[in-house]
This record gives sequence, structure tokens and C-alpha cells, in this order.
Amino acid sequence: MPFKIIASQCTGCSACEPECPNVAIAEKGGTFVIDPKKCTECIGHFDEPQCVAVCPVDNTCVIDTSLARYQEPA
Amino acid sequence: MDAPTQQEASSSAIEIGEITKMIAEKKGCGSGRAGCGSQASRNDLPAETWEKVKNHPCYSEEAHHHYARMHVAVAPACNIKCNYCNRKYDCANESRPGVVSERLTPEQAAKKVVAVASTIPQMTVLGIAGPGDPLANPEKTFKTFELVRGAAPDLKLCLSTNGLALPDHIDTITKFNVDHVTITINMIDPVIGAKIYPWIFYKHKRYTGIQAAKILTDRQLQGLEMLAARGVLCKVNSVMIPGINDRHLLEVNKAVKSRGAFLHNIMPLISSPEHGTVFGLNGQRGPTARELKALQDGCEGEMRMMRHCRQCRADAVGLLGEDRRAEFTTEEIMEMNVKYDVESRKGYQAKIEEERAAKTAAERADLTKRADNGSDLKLLVAVATKGAGLINEHFGHAKEFQVYELSSGGAKFVGHRRIDLYCQGGYAEEGCLATIIGAISDCHAVFIAKIGGRPRAELIKAGVEPVDQYAHEPIDKATIAWFEAYLDRVNSGTIQHEERGDAAIRPRALTSAA
Ligand code: SF4
Ligand code: SF4
Ligand code: SF4
Repeated sequence: MPFKIIASQCTGCSACEPECPNVAIAEKGGTFVIDPKKCTECIGHFDEPQCVAVCPVDNTCVIDTSLARYQEPA
Repeated sequence: MDAPTQQEASSSAIEIGEITKMIAEKKGCGSGRAGCGSQASRNDLPAETWEKVKNHPCYSEEAHHHYARMHVAVAPACNIKCNYCNRKYDCANESRPGVVSERLTPEQAAKKVVAVASTIPQMTVLGIAGPGDPLANPEKTFKTFELVRGAAPDLKLCLSTNGLALPDHIDTITKFNVDHVTITINMIDPVIGAKIYPWIFYKHKRYTGIQAAKILTDRQLQGLEMLAARGVLCKVNSVMIPGINDRHLLEVNKAVKSRGAFLHNIMPLISSPEHGTVFGLNGQRGPTARELKALQDGCEGEMRMMRHCRQCRADAVGLLGEDRRAEFTTEEIMEMNVKYDVESRKGYQAKIEEERAAKTAAERADLTKRADNGSDLKLLVAVATKGAGLINEHFGHAKEFQVYELSSGGAKFVGHRRIDLYCQGGYAEEGCLATIIGAISDCHAVFIAKIGGRPRAELIKAGVEPVDQYAHEPIDKATIAWFEAYLDRVNSGTIQHEERGDAAIRPRALTSAA
């Protein structure tokens, strides 16, 4: 299940963009968006979803529905 | 949450008496440095270092009257979180109340730099500072440097960083011949660091608390050592956060000096709730003028302190204290057809140097004439100036006051008080006057070119003497002449010397003081 970026909270800082191992993140009108087809939650690449870990605004990169990996509160 | 609560912050808040005592124990006294107001003057830097910084407006108090700098914002990403920053607006790490109005691509930035440098021949420095951390987005930062190096080879390049990624980029920094690097170091003790930094992002992981601060301080100090070893000039910035790192900055000062930093710039925390930072929201106050000065004095015995920093915007253009940003909009610049002429820039700068040398010679002659009056009295005065070392601004037009400490050793520049922020909109004239006086109420006098009747009366009522008889005269000479007359008045019993109180550095800096 892919991650998404809540546009109203995104500062457009671009920190997430280069961290995504799947090049799923791109700019769109000042803020950033995740291409759901490309996002793999970073599974197989890193222990944590990189966009979540680097984003300065908490709860801006969020998962659409709860997945096995995110059942436990982080 | 790692953020300190207000209780914690205020219960450990440092007493001004205590800090003065600590300083006295540590090194005798934080004072007694005679001479003119130039920080980082040629007298106390190694010749080689002075050669590198003398035309740098941000590093040399003297140069900032003559040379201009420009910052471009190309890489707003960051890899750490500071409690004094709200990245929705800007990066407080380096400078800048206010936001950057635009983010540029490296190509746009390089074009802008070339256009500005062709129009302002005294522009000698290009800095990349933020918002964000330039090394969190190294491709954009170094691409910009590469393009500028190619198009305007005479410009000095500067870089500011939080230091987390610094050790990884030492080779590239050397490759582009970056002249100066500024590292913001607020602590060397991870326990203190955990109160300033809630998290860092390092090697694909988010670290929090003491572990995060430990990684950060190790990387910062390592980066500083590596740069110093390669002969790249390193300045350290620290944000003074009362109750959290104020005492500790004396230790930081020693640590960075021993690792080769050539200048230490201690800046006051700027914090108010509307900035939306963690500190702003939890009521963490900034230091008062006296607290800041006590700490800067305390560090001064260890190494050069920088006191003329204006904490300017990340995209400021022009001389310090002026901002010509509006003249160079990206739209206009992209249309401009610029010819970069290194030779004519050189010629212009040579003229500046001539004038400057003449002025310095005159100042030196003046200094040797100055008699030591044998008094150990020290007091602060504020000066309204548009630059060139003269008292040449009207009280009502001043956007800032320069503060000098007068003593038998001469007039020493110790800082500035910005007041434009106080008076922007909203304030009635009266409230405005009260806040201006609040910003210089630790001063015994204010020197101006001209002043109206009402402000004059209000200043006198507040115990600050308005002095306008030295209009358009050099600051050094005038303040010392006034100081000598003041001592005469005290000695003859005409007036009684009284200590002044404290002053506010920024609006609301004092509101949460316990
Ligand atoms: S979770 Fe990983 S793969 Fe998905 S968008 Fe974020 S960084 Fe890219
Ligand atoms: S890191 Fe967060 S705030 Fe920055 S661009 Fe990505 S989603 Fe937006
Ligand atoms: S380093 Fe700068 S941009 Fe990053 S959090 Fe700190 S102040 Fe903000």
C-alpha cells in the first residue's frame, strides 16, 4: 500500500525527493506528490520509509491504510 | 518529546551575575580589549587569515561598510530538526528573520549572481546558507558553485551547514575552492543537544534524543577538523538559548577554537509564538542584550568574536543592513543580457581599497593620540549611522543602532540593535518610541545626526541622553570626546554616574523572562 503526501502540510522543502529509492516522489505545483504505482514503502531497501523519516512536518507522509508493517504504533 | 518544557528551561536559566562571575573566574575579565570597533581586525588575526577575510562583509566589521554579499536559496531540504526552526518559513540556523521569497534552480541562481555582481561591483561574496541545509542537497548546492565559479571566478564562495553531512563533502568543498564554511554548533554535550534537536536523519534512519545529538556533534567537530586541516576557513555560529546552552557555549567556544575555527558568532535566539517553532510555542525566551554581551565577552578571551552579524535573510542582497533584493527579481534577471567584467570590478574594488587605507591610517593616528584617562568606568552608547563610521542618521529614520562600549581603552563596537521590526505596521507612533527606547535602555546616550522634540524629551525622561552635537562626525572620535566630557562631569559632581538596566534584543524577547 503506497504512501501519500498531505499537500496542505507539505512545505515543499524537497527533502523527501532524493531519498526515495524508487524515484516515486516529484514536485507538483510547489508541493510534492508520491506516485502510488512506484511506492513500495521502501520495503527491501530500508528499515524505515525514507520520506517519513526525513520529512520535517510530522504526519505529512502517511500511508493510506494500515498495513502489516504499520500495525504497531511507530 | 525531546523539547524542553518551559519549567525546565526557566528553572535552569542563568543569572547574569552568575555568568559574569563564571567569566571572571575563567579568565580574569571579559574586557579590556582596546581599540577601534572592528571585529576580526588585522591586529588579532594571523596575516594569512586576515588576507582572506578582509573583504568579506560578514566576517570583518570593517569590510561590511565597503563590500556586499549575496545569498541564494537553492536547496531547501534539511536533514535535522532544530527546535528554533519552523521550516514552513525558513532556516533559523544561519540567519534571517523573514522568509525567502523564492527558491531558484542552480542555473537561475548562477544567472542571478552574475547579474547582481555586474550591477554591484562591491559584491564580493556569494553564500549558500539555506533555508534548509545546503549539504542535505549537495547536488544543487555544488552545481550552483560550479556554475558561479565558471562565470564569475573572482567571487568568494561561502557555505553554511549544520554539519551533519559535512565530513562526506570535504573533497568537493576543496575542489570548488570554497573560501569559507560556517558550521552551526550549539552544543558538544549530547544531553544538551537533545533539548535543541528532536531528531536527525542519518544514513537512511531517523535518530532521536541523545543518540541523535551524539552523532550530530561528532560529525560537526569531525567536519571542522577536516576543513581546518585543509586550510579552509571555518566560522562557527551558535544560537544562545537561555537556560539550555548559555553556560555551555563557553565550552563550545573552547572546543571549536581548539579544532581550528577562526571566528565564533554567538547569535541570540529569536523566538516568538507566531514563528511557530517548538521554542516559540513552548515559551522559550531569547537572551537579553546584557546576557548576550556577557557571553560574548566571556568567549572573547578565547578567540575572536563576531558581533556585527545582522542575522540577515537567506536571500539578502547588498551591503549588510541594506537589502537590494527587490531590484533583482528572477523574472527580470532571466531576461537580462549580462556581461561579466572582472577587470572593471577589480578597478572599482581597488578604489574602495584606497579610500579604506586612507581612512584606516587616519583612525590609527587618532588612536595613538587618545590619552588613557585612567578611569575604569565603562558604559554603553548607541549610535545612529548609515555607515562609513559616521554619526549620520536621524533618530526617526534609524533601522538599527550600533552599540559601542566606551572605556579608557577607547570605543569598542559590541553589537547592534535592530528596531525596524518593532515599528513595522500596527504600532502607534507612541508605542513605537517606547520600544525603540526599550531596545537601547542599557545605553547612557544615543548619538544621532538629528532628533525631534518629542523623542528627545522621552529619551531624557528614560535616562538616555540624546547627543546630536557630533552630527556627521566619526563615531570613534565623537563618542570618546563625549565620554571624556562625561567623566569630567562625574568628577566635578555635575552628574552622578548610574548603572543602566538591560535592553531587549528583539520584540517579546523579555516577555517570558521569569
Ligand atoms: S515510502 Fe519509500 S518508496 Fe514510498 S514514497 Fe516514501 S520514500 Fe518512496
Ligand atoms: S519532506 Fe515533507 S515537507 Fe518536504 S517536500 Fe517532502 S513531503 Fe513536503
Ligand atoms: S538546520 Fe536549518 S533548516 Fe535545518 S532544522 Fe535547523 S534551522 Fe531548520
